[in-house]
Amino acid sequence: MDLLYQIVAHYNHWITIFLMVSGLYIVVSRGNMVKKLVGLGLFQTSVYLLYLTPGKILGGTPPVLSPDFSVYSNPLPHVLILTAIVVGVATLALGLALVVRINEEFGTIEEDEIFAGDEDE
Amino acid sequence: MVLLTLLAAITIGIIRMRNLFAVVVLGGIYSFLMASVMIVLDAVDVAMTEAAVGAGISTVLMLGVLHLTKTQESKPKHTPLLPLFVAVATGAALVFGTFDLPPFGLADTPVNLHVAPYYLENSLRETLVANVVSSVLASYRGFDTLGETAVIFTAGIAVLLLLKGKRKLKPGPKRRRIGR
Repeated sequence: MDLLYQIVAHYNHWITIFLMVSGLYIVVSRGNMVKKLVGLGLFQTSVYLLYLTPGKILGGTPPVLSPDFSVYSNPLPHVLILTAIVVGVATLALGLALVVRINEEFGTIEEDEIFAGDEDE
Repeated sequence: MVLLTLLAAITIGIIRMRNLFAVVVLGGIYSFLMASVMIVLDAVDVAMTEAAVGAGISTVLMLGVLHLTKTQESKPKHTPLLPLFVAVATGAALVFGTFDLPPFGLADTPVNLHVAPYYLENSLRETLVANVVSSVLASYRGFDTLGETAVIFTAGIAVLLLLKGKRKLKPGPKRRRIGR
């Protein structure tokens, strides 16, 4: 019973952590740069989940004020994450532009091949 | 809970796939799932943004880059054991930390009792906007949003510089082509 309670109480946190470490794993273990950026994206979205989870109140409604409701979820994480998403896509675009330039310069987007090409010189 | 489990399943798919096209499409599905989770968590504004930006713009950008580069990831050369160990160790430490967090969905947690009630009570009177998220974003934190716009502007300029400046580069000894 206690275990079941822990699972229900912390399931969001655990999935958040799983997404976070998967993002970390992809970034560290994969040499392909597009894959690395996807991993960074996973990491980033897990942080969104981390912020939004504690703001939710069971039985609450979205924070749009109305006389019909009295319990609202916490609006502040929403604001922070809204900003984070938009900045995130800006950095993603920058990273992808760098990948395109690297591909033009070296003809590959694999880290290992770039390093190998450097050593040949 | 179902949505969250689906998210985890898609993540495993993203890790295992080596076809980057499939990875990007899975990333789009992931973003839409994340947007659904956000709706369940009452973050409707964030869900709309995530669906538009995460599943829309990001996917299009990724597909554009795949068109310019290549869509197949090569086999990883070194063993993934060390990264796996780092990831599992970090995850275990974080899971251990979650047992001290307040359970999901309670109203009387420190997060929900600090400054949030002030905005819920006063923002309608002070800004005349019913949507608290909009009023905080555009009014209370207006300068932060201005700074965010500056960040996007800078990123846009940087992208343009990176992609447009390529023709002017003189073909020095560093330039070489391995593939293509």
